[in-house]
Amino acid sequence: MVRRTSRAAEDADDLTHVPLQAILLADSFATKFRPITLERPKVLLPLVGIPMIDYSLEWLESAGVEEVFVFCCAHSKQVIQHLAKSQWLKNPDMAVTTIESHNSISAGDAMRVIYERNVIHGDFVLVTGDTVSNMSLAEALQEHKDRRKKDSNAVMTMVVKKSKPSPITHQSRLGTDELFVAINPDTKQLLSYEDNANPIDKSLLSDNSSISLRNNMQDCYIDICAPEVLSLFTDNFDYQHLRRDFLKGLLVDEITDYKIYTHEIHSSYAAKVENFRSYDTISKDIIHRWTYPLVPDVQYFGSSAVKLGRQGVYSASDIGLSSNAQIGPFTLIGKGTSVGSNSKVSNSIIGEGCKIGSNVSIEGSHIWNNVTIEDGCKLKHAILCDGVVMKARAVLEPGVILSFKVVIGKDFVVPAYSKVSLYEQPIFQDSDEELEYADSSNGMAEISSISASTGMPDGELVSRAAEASEVGADGAGYIWSVFEGREEEWRHSVAPISEDKLAELLQAADDVLDVPHVENHQHSEELVAPSIDPENLTDDNIDEFEKEVEATFQRAVQENIKDDNVVLEVNSLRLSYNMAAADCAGALFYSVMKLAVETPHSSISELLHNVTRLIRKWAKLLKYYLSSIDEEIEVILKFEEMCTESTKELSPLFTKVLQFLYEDVDLIQEEAILSWESEKMGADEVDRVFLKQAEPFIQWLKTAQEEDSEEEE
Amino acid sequence: MPDVQALVNDFVNKLRKRKIEGSQATARHTAEFLRSVISQQRIPYTNQAGALIDSVKAVGEQLIAANPVELAVGNVVRRVLHIIREEDLSLTTAAIGDLNISDGSDDDENDRDDRPVLSAAALAAAARKTLRPPSLHTLLEDVPNATIVPLSSSGGDSEGKCKSADKSSRIRKLKHDVIEAVNELIQDIDTCHEQIAEQAVEHIHQNEVILTLGRSRTVMEFLCAAKEKKRSFRVFVAEGAPRYQGHVLAKELVARGLQTTVITDSAVFAMISRVNMVIVGAHAIMANGGLIAPVGLNMVALAAQRHAVPFVVVAGSHKLCPLYPHNPEVLLNELKSPSDLLDFGEFSDCLDFGSGNGEPQLHVVNPTFDYVPPNLVSLFITDTGGHNPSYMYRLIADYYSADDLVLQRKSAAGN
Repeated sequence: MVRRTSRAAEDADDLTHVPLQAILLADSFATKFRPITLERPKVLLPLVGIPMIDYSLEWLESAGVEEVFVFCCAHSKQVIQHLAKSQWLKNPDMAVTTIESHNSISAGDAMRVIYERNVIHGDFVLVTGDTVSNMSLAEALQEHKDRRKKDSNAVMTMVVKKSKPSPITHQSRLGTDELFVAINPDTKQLLSYEDNANPIDKSLLSDNSSISLRNNMQDCYIDICAPEVLSLFTDNFDYQHLRRDFLKGLLVDEITDYKIYTHEIHSSYAAKVENFRSYDTISKDIIHRWTYPLVPDVQYFGSSAVKLGRQGVYSASDIGLSSNAQIGPFTLIGKGTSVGSNSKVSNSIIGEGCKIGSNVSIEGSHIWNNVTIEDGCKLKHAILCDGVVMKARAVLEPGVILSFKVVIGKDFVVPAYSKVSLYEQPIFQDSDEELEYADSSNGMAEISSISASTGMPDGELVSRAAEASEVGADGAGYIWSVFEGREEEWRHSVAPISEDKLAELLQAADDVLDVPHVENHQHSEELVAPSIDPENLTDDNIDEFEKEVEATFQRAVQENIKDDNVVLEVNSLRLSYNMAAADCAGALFYSVMKLAVETPHSSISELLHNVTRLIRKWAKLLKYYLSSIDEEIEVILKFEEMCTESTKELSPLFTKVLQFLYEDVDLIQEEAILSWESEKMGADEVDRVFLKQAEPFIQWLKTAQEEDSEEEE
Repeated sequence: MPDVQALVNDFVNKLRKRKIEGSQATARHTAEFLRSVISQQRIPYTNQAGALIDSVKAVGEQLIAANPVELAVGNVVRRVLHIIREEDLSLTTAAIGDLNISDGSDDDENDRDDRPVLSAAALAAAARKTLRPPSLHTLLEDVPNATIVPLSSSGGDSEGKCKSADKSSRIRKLKHDVIEAVNELIQDIDTCHEQIAEQAVEHIHQNEVILTLGRSRTVMEFLCAAKEKKRSFRVFVAEGAPRYQGHVLAKELVARGLQTTVITDSAVFAMISRVNMVIVGAHAIMANGGLIAPVGLNMVALAAQRHAVPFVVVAGSHKLCPLYPHNPEVLLNELKSPSDLLDFGEFSDCLDFGSGNGEPQLHVVNPTFDYVPPNLVSLFITDTGGHNPSYMYRLIADYYSADDLVLQRKSAAGN
C-alpha cells in the first residue's frame, strides 16, 4: 500500500521532482567470504551485531534517498525475508523494492537486468550492500548535477577517501591492494585508476596541464551515476566488474568521451567490506565510533539497548558476567551472553546468547550469536558464526574462520588461517577456475551450491556432520584447503599480519631496493656483449683487452709461438671482447713497444735500436692487422698516447720510429701519416707536441709526394 | 490504535537517528507529539485520567529509550504526566463540589428508597468510576470516597441521565483541559528564551566583561537582550573545541553589535581574572543542582571558582531534570565520532589493524558533555527567575509529580 501511494505521489509531481534513486547490489559476486556465504549471503552477515545491508540502507535513508532497488541474486530469498522482517519494505520515507535475478553472475549483469526493468529515471546512487558510511550525499550530488549541466558526458562521480596504504605490505588498511589514481586537481576528473604500480600512461602527462597522482586514496565504492551508465553496461555486454571493466573501460575509451569525476570526503566515513581483513577493520572502526551515529549504543537500528562503558566496552542490558571475568577494551557483549570466571575478552565482538565458559581467552575475535565456548578455550583473531561449539580446551590460531554450527573437538588445535565448514569444499572449484572466474562466474556457482545446500534435509546434514571429524574426535566440520596460487591468505585474513611475515616483507622490500643496482650492473654487461656499436665500449674494456693482448704477446715472445697462432689467439680475444681490428693493431703495437721499452737499455740510441729490432721482428704480425689506413692511424695515435702518458722515454724517438715504420718496415703509409697530421691540426697546443716534432718529416713527406707527382708528369 | 503506533514509531525513529537536534527543539517536538497522542487517545467511559497516564507513560518510555542522552524528552514526558494528574485532580475536586451541592437534595429522596435495583447499578458505576483507577489511588486518597458512594446510590432515573451527560462532558473536559495545558507547555518552551532574556539587565551591568563557552541560543538571546537595553559590555567567547560553536556565536554577537573576543578553550584560565561573570548554557540541570553541559565547562567553572567569578547558568525549565546524576539510568554522556578531532586520512596509518597485534595504539575519545557539580554553580536563571542550585529540588517538586520520576523502572522490570 505504501509503495502504491509513493508511486502515485511520484507520478503526480513527476515533472517537478525526480526522486533520488539508489541501486543497492545485495550480492558481491565474489567468493571472499566463503565458506560462510554458502549458507548466508554476505550482506546479511552481522557487522558488530547488525547485518551489513542495514548499515547501507540506513545510510541511504539518512542521506535522503527516496527509492532503493535492492538487487538480490545469491540467497535472494533470505535477503527478501530479512527486508520484510526488518520493516524495510514498509518504510514510509524510503521505498525499498527488490529485484530478483538468478542468472546474473556479475555486477554488469545486474546492471543490465535493472536497465531492462526501466525503473531508473534520473541520477542514481550505486552502492553494494556491504557499504558502511555516514557521509552526506548532498554535496557530492550537487557537484555531480552541476557538472552534468555543463557537460552531459560526466556520467559518474566516484567517492574516495584519503587513507594511507601500509608501506610494507602495499595494501590498504582494508586489505585491498594499494590504489594508484591520477586526478586532475582542478576539475577532479579521474584520469587513471590502477590497483597496482603500473607506470602511468605517458600520454596522460602530455594531455593534462596538471595532474595529481595519489596512492593514498581509498575507493569507497559509492558512485553517483547518470542514467547513461546503465545503458553503457547494456551496450558493452562484456562489462562485468564495476571497476575492472566498466571504470577502466570508460577511462581508456577515447571515442565516447565519457568522463568520471571524484569526490573526496574528509570528516565522514565510508568503506566497503570486501574481505575478512576489511570486515575486521570496519568492525573496529564502528567500535571506535568513526561511523557515528551508526554505532552500537545509538540504537540506530532499533536493536536492543547497548550501553557504552569506559575504555570502549559496550554491554547489553542483561548479560551474565562472572565477577572475575576480565572484559578488556573495545569489546561488545551482546544480550543474554554469559562469560565465566577468569575469562579474558579483549578487542572482540560477542553476539547475543553466547555461552562462554571459564578460563577462556578471546582476543580480537568476532563471535556471532548463540556460540558456545567451553572452559579453557583460546581464540585469537577468529570469526565464529552462529551456533558454533568449541569443546573444552580447543584452540583457534589466528585467522581461523568457523562457519555455521561447526563443532571443534576437545583439545583440538585449529591451525592458523583455516576455514572450517559443515559443507565440503566444492570440488568443481579447482584453483585454475578459481583464478579465472574469481569475480565473474561464482555467482552461478553460489546459486547451484545454495540450492544444493538448502535442499538438504537436516538429517542428512547431521549425518554428514558426524562423519566429518577433521576438527577433533567429537568435532564436526571440514577444513577447507587453501588454494595454491591464490593470493596469500595472510593478506585478507581477519588476523593481523604476523611478526615474522612482516619481517619477511621488510626484507623483501630491502631486496627490491637492491635490485635496481643489480639490474644496472647486468644492464651494462648486457650492452657490451651483443652490441656492435663501438660507441658503447667503455674504457675498462679496452684496458682489459689490451692487457690480454699484451699477455698473449709476451707469451708468444717467451715461448716462441708462431705468428699464425698469435693471430688466432688475438682474434679470439677480439671476438670475445667485441673489438674492432684497429683495436687489435693498437694493442699489439702497444705490446711490442712496451716490450722494447722494458728490454734493458742504457741510452736513447740503444732504446731506438731495441724498438727497431722488435718491430722488424714482429712486422709480419703487425702487418696482418694493419690492413687499412684506419688501423694505421690507430697505431700512430696509440704511439702518440704512449709517448705522452705511459712511456715518456720514447717521446724523443717519436719521429724516428715513425720514419722507421714508414720507410724501413713499410707498416705505415704516407696517407695515414698525413691524415693523422690533418686530424691533429685542429687540436690543442698541448696535443700538437708530437706533430711539431714530426713536422720536418711530414714536410719531407709532402715534398716527396709532390716530387712524385711531378715525376709522374 | 494503529495510527498512534505508526506515529510513535516515526517519532522514535527520528529521535533514535538524532534527526532532532538540541534540547529546545526536542522538547518542543516531544510536547507536540504527546499532544497528538493525547488527542487521538480514545478515552474510556471510566478512569479517563488513568488511561491517559498509562498511554502517555507507554509512549514516553519508548521515546526516552530512543534517545536516552537527550534528557529533555524525559522531562517533557514527565511534565505532561504531571499536567494530566493536575487537571484530573482539579476536575475531581470540582465534581465533588457539585456533588456535594446536589447531596442535600438527594438526601430527601434517599429515604423513599423506591428503586433499589437501579441504585445498586448506579452504585456499581460510581464505584467503577472512582475506585477503579489504581494509579489514581494516591491522588484520590484525600477525596472523601465515602461521601460519593451514598450520594450516587440515591440517584434516580432522571438523576442518572443527568449524571451520564455530566460524565461525558467531564471526559471531554479532561482531554480538553490537558491539551490546553500542553499547549501552554509548548508555549512556555517556545518563549523560554524571551522570558530568560528579560532578566538580563538585572544581571549584566555596565562595562562588565562576560565569558561564555561554545554556543547556546539562550546565552545569545540573554546577551543581546542586555545589549538592546543599552548596556555596554564586552564578551569573551571560548571557541568550544572540537565543534567550535563559539565561532558561530561570535559571528552572531558581532552582527548584533557586541564587542566580542574569541579565545581558545585553553586560554580561559588566563583570561578569567579579567572576567566579571561567566554566563553559559546547559544541556540539562539535574535535581541536585548539578549541570550536564557541553564539554569544557567544568574547567571553566573551576577557573571561575578559583577567581571567585560568578558562574551563571541560563536554561529553560524544560532542561530541568528530576533525576539525580548518580542514577544509573541517567546517561550522562555521549561519545561522538573521532573525526571531529582529527583527520582520518592523516591518521589512517595509526589505525591499521593489519599490523602489530591487531589493536591500534591510537584511541580517540570525543565526549559531548561535562558534569559540573552544584557547588561550582552560583546561580541558575530559568524562565521563572533566578535560583540557587540548592533550590532546584523545590522547582522540580513544582513541575513534576513524584509518581513519574522513575518511568523506566517498569521497562527494566518488563524486560
